[in-house]
Formats: sequence, C-alpha cells, structure tokens
Amino acid sequence: MADVLVAAEHRRGALRDVTYEAITAGRELADARGGDLHVAVVGGDVDGFAEELNREGVDAIHAVDDGEEFDHNAYQAAVSTLADRIDAGAVVLPNSVNGLDYAPALAEALGVPIVTDAVGFDYDDGLTVTREMYGSKVETTVDVAGDRFVLTVRGGEWPPAEGVGDATVEAADVDIPESGARVTGFEEVGGGDVDIADADVLVSVGRGIEEEENLELVEELADALGATLSASRPIVDNGWLPKNRQVGQSGKVVTPDVYIAVGISGAVQHVAGMKGSDTIVAINTDPNAPIFDIADYGIVGDLFDVVPELIDEFA
Amino acid sequence: MKVLVTVKEVAEADDDFAIEGTDIAESDLEYDLNEWDDYAVEAAVQLAEAGIADEVVTVTVGPERAEETIRMALAKGADRAVRVWDEALDGGFADVASKVALFEAVVDEEEPDLILGGVQAADTGFGATGVALAERIGFEHAAVVNQLDVDADAGVAHVHRELEGGVEELTDVDLPAVLTVQTGLNEPRYASLRGIRQAQRKEIAARDLSDLGLTADDVESALTITEMYEPESESDAEIIEGDAGESAGRLAEVLRDKGVGA
Ligand SMILES: Cc1cc2nc3c(=O)[nH]c(=O)nc-3n(C[C@H](O)[C@H](O)[C@H](O)COP(=O)(O)OP(=O)(O)OC[C@H]3O[C@@H](n4cnc5c(N)ncnc54)[C@H](O)[C@@H]3O)c2cc1C
Repeated sequence: MADVLVAAEHRRGALRDVTYEAITAGRELADARGGDLHVAVVGGDVDGFAEELNREGVDAIHAVDDGEEFDHNAYQAAVSTLADRIDAGAVVLPNSVNGLDYAPALAEALGVPIVTDAVGFDYDDGLTVTREMYGSKVETTVDVAGDRFVLTVRGGEWPPAEGVGDATVEAADVDIPESGARVTGFEEVGGGDVDIADADVLVSVGRGIEEEENLELVEELADALGATLSASRPIVDNGWLPKNRQVGQSGKVVTPDVYIAVGISGAVQHVAGMKGSDTIVAINTDPNAPIFDIADYGIVGDLFDVVPELIDEFA
Repeated sequence: MKVLVTVKEVAEADDDFAIEGTDIAESDLEYDLNEWDDYAVEAAVQLAEAGIADEVVTVTVGPERAEETIRMALAKGADRAVRVWDEALDGGFADVASKVALFEAVVDEEEPDLILGGVQAADTGFGATGVALAERIGFEHAAVVNQLDVDADAGVAHVHRELEGGVEELTDVDLPAVLTVQTGLNEPRYASLRGIRQAQRKEIAARDLSDLGLTADDVESALTITEMYEPESESDAEIIEGDAGESAGRLAEVLRDKGVGA
C-alpha cells in the first residue's frame, strides 16, 4: 500500500518529458510513504522504453506489450491491474491530454479519489496537494481523505528524473478488454505562411483585444517593432488568426529574444509555450494576472492606452 | 438520439479580490457559463439542427442562482434543463466522485445516447468529471475533442482529440459515449432575443438528493480545501509605473536596449 505506481507516456515512438517529471514526483511520494517506486509502460517499443525509464530512484519497471500508441482502455486496464497486483496505493500520472483521457476513469474504477494538475504536494500521514484555482489567481491546498488516490502532476513543476537506475524490468501480462474507442491516425495541424518559432521578437495578443477590428492596433505595433504577430488560443478559436500563430501547449513553443504579451492572462497552457523567451513583457489591466509572475517587465494598464503610445515611440 | 450536456456555472475572480477563509469573497466573484461548456452546448444544438439529435437536455449541479446561466444555454437552443442541488452540497467542495454520483442519477432518469461537457471548468480546473462519469455509467469516452462528426446510424462518433504541440488524434468512439470538448470545436452562438424569450418558458427541473434516490453519504467529498492564498510571486518583474505615455516611453527604452526596433 505504501508503493507508488507511475505510468509512462509516449507518442510516436518517443517517451514524453512529462514521464520523467512524473517519476521524480512519484519518487518523492514513495519516499514520504516509505514505499517503492514502480513504473508502468504500456504499448510501443516497451523493451526500449523500459531501458530508458530505468532512471535513478526507480525500483521496478513493468512492461505491458500491447499496441503501438496510446489507447485509454489499454492504459486503464494495465495500470489498474498493476496497481492491484503490486498493491500500490498511489498512482501518479502526467497531467497531459492523454493523462486526462484515462486518469479519471482509472480513479473511478479503483474507487479512489483523484486530484488533478498538482503543482506540489506534501505527504505526512496523508496527502495534501497544492493546486491553482480561478485561472491561477489563487493557490489552494487540498487534503485527500484516505491513503489511496490518483494524482496527476502538471508539466514543468518537477525536474525530470536523471541518471541510470537498477530497477528490475518485468514483462507484465494484463488482460486488455475489447475497446469501444479506436485510434485511426494522427494529423498535424498548423503549417501556414509564418513560423512564429523563428521570430526574434513576438507581439502576442490575447482576449484583452476584445474585437477582431482591434487586431489592427497590435498589427501596427508589431510592424513598428519589426516583430511577428502571435496569439493566445481564444484569438485563434475565434478564427481571427490562423492556428500557426497560436502559442502554447496545443500551439507552438516559442523562445524569442523578446515576447510582448498584450492582454493575455498567462494561463498555464499558454505559458507552457512561451516561458522560455529571453525577455517577457506583459501589458495587462489586471495586476493579479498570472502573466506578471513570469514577466521581466510589466505595465499594469489598458492596452488601448498603452499600445498607441508605444507605437508612437517607434514610429 | 438524446444528448445530455453538462453545464457548469463558473466563478471568476474580479481584478481586485479578497480571500475569506478557503474561498474568494462572494462579492468579488462573477458567475458565467463555463467557456468550455459553451462549445458543448453549441455542438449539441448543432446536432439537433442537423436532425441527428431529437432532444438536448442540460444538467447542472448548482444552487438556484445558477438558473441564470442555465437560461443562457436554453436560449441558445437546449430544449430543457435539470438542475441538481441539495443543502448537503452547500459550502463544501464537491470532489469528482460526488459529482459523478449526481450525474449518474440524472443519466439513469434521462437515458441519453450522447453526453457532452467541457474538457474543464475554468474555476477549479479539474478536467476530470466527464471521463470519470463515462467509467461509472459504462459509456465509452474521449477527452479534449476538437472535431466531432456523429454517425448515428452506425452508432459511432468520429472525433479528433487535440494533443499537445499541434497534433490531433483521430478516434472512433462507439455510442453511447461521453465526450469532453475543447474550445475551437465550433463557433458558439450568441443567444438571440427570440431565444432568450423562449428560454423563459422552458423547463428547469430542480432535483435534490432524495429525488435522485441518493443520500448525503453518496456525495461526501474525499477532498477538502484547507487553505487558499495568493501565490507568492517568484517573479522579479519590474513593473513600469506611470501613465500610459510615461510607461510606454520607459518600455520603449527597455526594448531598444534589447535591440528591438533598431
Ligand atoms: C487542453 C488545453 C489546451 C490549451 N492550449 C492552449 C494554448 O496552446 N495556448 C493558449 O493560449 N491557451 C491554451 N488553452 C487555453 C487556456 O487555458 C486559456 O483559456 C487561454 O490561454 C486564455 O487566453 P487569454 O489569456 O488571451 O484570455 P483570458 O484568460 O480571457 O485573458 C485576457 C486578459 O486580458 C486582460 N485584459 C482585458 N482587457 C484588457 C485591456 N483593455 N488592456 C489590457 N489587458 C486587458 C485581462 O485582464 C486578462 O488577463 C488551452 C486549454 C486547454 C484546456
């Protein structure tokens, strides 16, 4: 019951970074509970993956050879079977799109509580999770009753596990039930004329711009600065700019010298795409907007006042 | 085919807010239809308009205040609504399993063929209810759906799931199913004046625990919020003060130093 089980995530032949971060979080939890850390890997090149997953702190790796890609039925069956078999009380998964496609069902099937999107935790007799609410404006601590739970951890909050471990590697036999959901393929989206990932300076616009007509204002700013225009998701969802201009988790990861966020709140999925920028500037009316937490320079003000003045400065 | 849409009224904090105990002060919160659910409502209404759905019913867990938000969904074209609330839910934080217990009871009553909901709620950001519900009621599921094509005759939903980094996964999901939808799936409509008028006459059925054959034990939360605070900013952001002209001038200096506009 003290043991912890982490499930690896891979896509198109490669393990995803969030896997190693989840392993670090899992190790932390296993230490606090006085248990072992088990890692499950389901599907794909399980032998190759098992070798890569053998990082410091991993005690056992269970390889479930089933299918090539993520299939939530297979993942759920494999992880719940293994959790029972090794008597793991805690399951730690990445809070990724695929994590969210099976972690809640897994918790339900195991009959244990789930806490998603953890940014930190404490374990002392019981689990206390730190997570954000109200669009990252506040942080909360959440106590979990009981000793068994599923926890999903936010990407980028734990360092990736490194080194080479001495885990036992075992092929695990699991009955995978027939699935009523079948993956038929993948599709790349985006493409288009401009690669925002190549730009040295990005002027990025968010929902603070309010109307499509107002985009002209930030376009003018981008022109004046010799910058490329990018955007947060709602701008793209509205069809105001094409998908290849979207910065974030489901858009592009950008690392320009200067990133100017205009009317963007700084939701975690947006920040995931731009936090590596050298210098981050934020213009936002809300002094509590989370974008200011990662900004180097901030103006708390109305973009409709500030941007025209800024254009004048460079005209 | 009957479509059930889970609709949540979410709270958003004002720019200035105070924390009272383990929540934001009521007077500093504004309530609205959850952005992601708006896309789910639109998807359901479009299915009705295409003749694929015969009825669109929304279900909400929330106090009477939530009816304002529910009317918005009705004004956009949902046929009727169910609102679940009970004193036992007042004040506490409902975990995923307790919400699922409530939705399960409504599903038993309504027997939908398809359930749509947002991928996450903007306030708590759990992103878990839809998928957990699917498991509880034995439906298939898919999370983070950003393209949807329902083939009712074949009993299959062809969906795209939006993965990270601009990759979409194409999946066929057998019905009945729960799909959690992503923004960008469609273009949610604004409620027309006519729609708003019609919504006044549509039914919002109120249900409490005993109506649903449940007890307070069924909705006892395993999670308790023990603290809420403003996160300590680790940032060393330099906040540029002054009116728009002054701050823009100072920012221009900073940008020029970085070689911008040169
Ligand atoms: C699975 C998943 C993937 C996602 N992927 C992405 C992604 O890749 N990229 C992405 O961006 N989002 C993504 N999102 C959405 C993300 O959660 C947020 O909804 C989104 O980033 C919010 O965009 P925004 O900051 O422009 O809008 P909001 O959050 O609405 O913020 C608008 C900001 O503008 C400010 N503002 C308003 N008026 C003014 C004014 N006059 N002057 C100055 N400031 C003003 C407000 O104070 C506010 O801070 C994803 C969500 C999910 C669930």
